[in-house]
Amino acid sequence: METPEQIRDRLLARFPGAPVTLVPNGAPGGQASLLLEPSQAREMAEFLRDDPSLQLDFCSNMTGVDWPQAGCLEAVYHLYSMARKHGPLVIRQRTANRADGAAVASLTPVWRSAEFQEREAFDLFGIGFTGHPDLRRILMWDGFEDHPMRKDYAEPDDYEWEPTPHDAVLAKARLHYASAPVAPPAKEASP
Amino acid sequence: MTAPPELFASDPSSRVRPVHDEFHGDLLEVSMGPHHPSTHGVFRMNVTLDGETVVKLKPVLGYLHRNHEKIGEKASYLGSLPFTDRLDYFCSMTNSWAYALAVEKLTGQAVPERAEYLRVILAELTRLINHTCLAGFLLQDGGASGTPLMYAFREREKILDLFESLSGSRMMCNYQRFGGCRVDPSPAWLEGAQRVTDGYGAFLDEFESLLTGNEILMARTQGIGRLAPALAVSAGVTGPMLRASGVDYDLRKVDGYGIYPRFAFRIPLGDHGDTYDRYMIRILEMRESIGILRQALRDIPGGPCLDPGAKLRGLRPKAGEAYARIEGPKGEIGFYLISDGSPSPYRYRVRPPSFINLTLLEDLCLGHTVADAVVILGSIDIVLGEVDR
Repeated sequence: METPEQIRDRLLARFPGAPVTLVPNGAPGGQASLLLEPSQAREMAEFLRDDPSLQLDFCSNMTGVDWPQAGCLEAVYHLYSMARKHGPLVIRQRTANRADGAAVASLTPVWRSAEFQEREAFDLFGIGFTGHPDLRRILMWDGFEDHPMRKDYAEPDDYEWEPTPHDAVLAKARLHYASAPVAPPAKEASP
Repeated sequence: MTAPPELFASDPSSRVRPVHDEFHGDLLEVSMGPHHPSTHGVFRMNVTLDGETVVKLKPVLGYLHRNHEKIGEKASYLGSLPFTDRLDYFCSMTNSWAYALAVEKLTGQAVPERAEYLRVILAELTRLINHTCLAGFLLQDGGASGTPLMYAFREREKILDLFESLSGSRMMCNYQRFGGCRVDPSPAWLEGAQRVTDGYGAFLDEFESLLTGNEILMARTQGIGRLAPALAVSAGVTGPMLRASGVDYDLRKVDGYGIYPRFAFRIPLGDHGDTYDRYMIRILEMRESIGILRQALRDIPGGPCLDPGAKLRGLRPKAGEAYARIEGPKGEIGFYLISDGSPSPYRYRVRPPSFINLTLLEDLCLGHTVADAVVILGSIDIVLGEVDR
């Protein structure tokens, strides 16, 4: 398969004016990935899928990454070709910010395998996917509000009743039930 | 932004007739699961039925969700290795192999020869377990209560005994390490593995004589849940389910990870992509696995089973990312790791094969009866520890 650099050059030639950035990978022998602009990601993905020498018809893995320091959420896709048996090519899209409506282009219309995986990234990272046919939460329940895979996610402190509350648990409970004092658990009657 | 029609054959608006139809009566919405024996765990399907025909099916997941990935990002690299066993609890050996491979890719860690052979042996034994049980469960779903599943579990127990004597645990083996395997098997263990391998062909013959030509099995599975190759590729279906649709894609051949290129084996392919093909592919794959096991047990060299220089505790890979995938029994199991140089991964992602294979459940079930939907779900081979993570 062509190197990511060659593919980037071909994308730039095919879509003039759309930035495609090479993201380096520090792992030994690691392959660089391509950062696509969400506004043209769908057309570029279709090009990658349909180009006769690439034929990346199989999107193996899709996932989100949270980058609070850079202030963006990232969607990462690992593409392979089942027809030509090569790969991978890693493509990424980044949202403009980490706010609630932050979105990238959905690639589910290009690779159906992204359908559940993009729903998962929407659910756990809060990445919106423009053009997804059925964007709902998938692993968390519908009424859930936060996005647990974000780095700044605050865990709930009342999710579990502790039968023998002790130091850290007691401190946590005191914070949570700031108004009401925490009563020690009633002793169970011995049989 | 309209999707190409062939990718969304399941668009319910085109198939569902009005709910109140005086001539046909009402549609019935049934919630199957989460506590239903046919759903292989806590899985729910919201099925809309027209009489007994499925006109709409929405899978509902997450009952077993424990945010495996978040826990992986809080643990050290070694710390989440035993936890990968709990993803697909039938295939702990292949899960942890995929994870170890991802970490080895991230750090550039080499694996000794003997460990490569051991990994192949254990992965193929795992494939035998998984496919045998799948065949048993599939028959159970089809209404053959008890017998096939008990036969399958009897054979599985022999392999689990091997796993137990090697790793100390039947199912949660915690056996792979970055740069090899945890304990070296004794010659007696290898003899035991040879015995199980030699006996397995006879068991498969017996199993097949009961099932493969069975008229009820054929009636329940042939032509049910057909999956077209183009749709399977687009939907990222992998493993035996993909090959049952006739797509020649097996990572043991394509990627040639580990030492698979050294072994002679064939990739069985299906013709029709129906449930019967998905059953048959697994039987044929088991026969090939027995061949791989024979070769691996014959050729396994001596030497260390863990690279003496391998760093396990306090591992801090350089900043970078790696994606490693292997051909697990259920399909392509992959791990995607991003390191920022700290002792725990910045991003730890599992590519769960049965979760992604479920994408097409609705497409496969539309137009079939609700009893067939159960069999189709069984033939996809899901395990909820991995689907929900």
